[in-house]
Amino acid sequence: MNIRHVFTVLVLLLIIVLASGFVGENPYFIITSKDVQLKIPKGFPKPVYDFKQNKISAEGFILGRKLFHDPILSKDRSTSCATCHQRFAAFAHIDHALSHGINGSIGKRNVPAIQNMIWQNTFMWDGGINHLDLQPIAPITSAVEMDETLQNVVQKLQNNKEYVSLFNNSFGDTIITSEKMLKAISQFVGLMISADSRYDKMMAGKEKFNEQEKEGLKIFRARCASCHKEPLFTDYSFRNIGLMPDTALRDSGRAAITGLQSDNMKFKVPSLRNVEMTYPYMHNGRFRNLQQVLNHYSQGNFYHKFRFANCKKYWNVGN
Amino acid sequence: MKIYRKVISSFFCIAALMAAMSFIPNAGKNKKGTLIINFENYVGDNLLQLDSGKYENELGQEYTISKFRYYLGNIRLKNNAGKEFIIDKYFLIDEEDKESKKIMLNDVAPGEYTSMSFIVGVDSAHNCSGIQTGALDPAKGMFWAWNTGYIFLKLEGHAPASKSPGHIFEYHIGGFKEPVNCIKNIKLTFDNLHIENNGAAVLKIKADAAQILKSPFTVDFASLSSVVDVHHAADIANNYADMFSVLK
Repeated sequence: MNIRHVFTVLVLLLIIVLASGFVGENPYFIITSKDVQLKIPKGFPKPVYDFKQNKISAEGFILGRKLFHDPILSKDRSTSCATCHQRFAAFAHIDHALSHGINGSIGKRNVPAIQNMIWQNTFMWDGGINHLDLQPIAPITSAVEMDETLQNVVQKLQNNKEYVSLFNNSFGDTIITSEKMLKAISQFVGLMISADSRYDKMMAGKEKFNEQEKEGLKIFRARCASCHKEPLFTDYSFRNIGLMPDTALRDSGRAAITGLQSDNMKFKVPSLRNVEMTYPYMHNGRFRNLQQVLNHYSQGNFYHKFRFANCKKYWNVGN
Repeated sequence: MKIYRKVISSFFCIAALMAAMSFIPNAGKNKKGTLIINFENYVGDNLLQLDSGKYENELGQEYTISKFRYYLGNIRLKNNAGKEFIIDKYFLIDEEDKESKKIMLNDVAPGEYTSMSFIVGVDSAHNCSGIQTGALDPAKGMFWAWNTGYIFLKLEGHAPASKSPGHIFEYHIGGFKEPVNCIKNIKLTFDNLHIENNGAAVLKIKADAAQILKSPFTVDFASLSSVVDVHHAADIANNYADMFSVLK
């Protein structure tokens, strides 16, 4: 055995030793502190969410990911966050117009995609929630989603030895609280950053758009970008885009939060990132595909009696 | 010899300085007393009895109370020199939890106190800065998940006049921003409350639940058995602004 062989064996041993430290529930998915660093993509604004108040760690991220996928958060242990926020659908609920909850219950809105949450200042279609850490409380406690109480969830986690150890690894404390649980979820959800699409690569000069794409971007910038603002593809405002109200859902949108008549039928402008994966569309999932969405804007549906005064103005941009 | 003298004199200087320094803090700091504030929940002139106590509102409608909880914060004690002692903490007073009704304030500077102020509710900063802990843990159930904000006060019970299922009534009052701001500033004055060094004083405060239904907005159980959002919240908040008084 020459010196080279010894060296190879030593390196292999070192790799095995290092790797064994990371083998957990998902041996094929190893996360280290390197993977959970927050990098603000070039051209993006300063995030709203402050990770200084919630220090990111590999342990915290892994715990948040486990909580996100664990039906223990629901009353009958049937439904997790990931039940409706599916990874393969950009964390939306593919092919479901309205959200599903426990006991076969159906909610009143379309599950939104999850991405770039740390730039968002309000949450939900109506913007009723003002902080990322507080967002999961709504689905956990909603009677048509997980129908659980925060107190019970914390108790169930505290009774679970694995969670006690995971919380201890993440926060250095075996006492589980709602604060720690929600902050762990924020570490996982907050790091879901979409900034590597074909659009982003084109903007960074790494790829080139073809003629059709260039023309699409031109039309988009003239007619859509006033609300779907680059680079996040939303300005997070609330708009009434002239959809016929649904008489069964009776959803007044933003007005239910502010109590203002002028906010009636307004919903948050969703980001268009990953939009191809998140069908169906609109706050109540009324459009099955993107063609129907474009038809809504192009076939004059704006002009019925529920239209928002400014819609006409937006439509005329570029004409 | 000269050096010897110098060493001795500097030694005395240092000793004198140390002696002086050890006296200075004792002049004002280090002295503290304890104030115990007991919140006693009443209905009119009687101590509140959950479920069993039978009461009548201004309209002669009978009712019982099953839940009475409220948040207090920003407690400020003022002494006779006008100096304020501030307690930067929130408290959840819950009729069902005896311990919660007794607030123990340690480290209060000794003196003669003449007034106290506090808010009922939770200020905007604590409603807008994400997840809170302690008394403000949303797991306490005094929190709206779908429209972020704390429920400042809950009064629940039964009234035969109520048209809600089970003839219940529930008033969950909150709202920290205009136009529905239910944070109320309460100011109470008292004859000199003396807090001695190392001593403890007791202050008893009455919270009259009947006042929540009384004035200026008279609650009719038949037409308004439930307030759980912005509608009528401000009316009821105006009522609870007058529910506190000092018990002799």
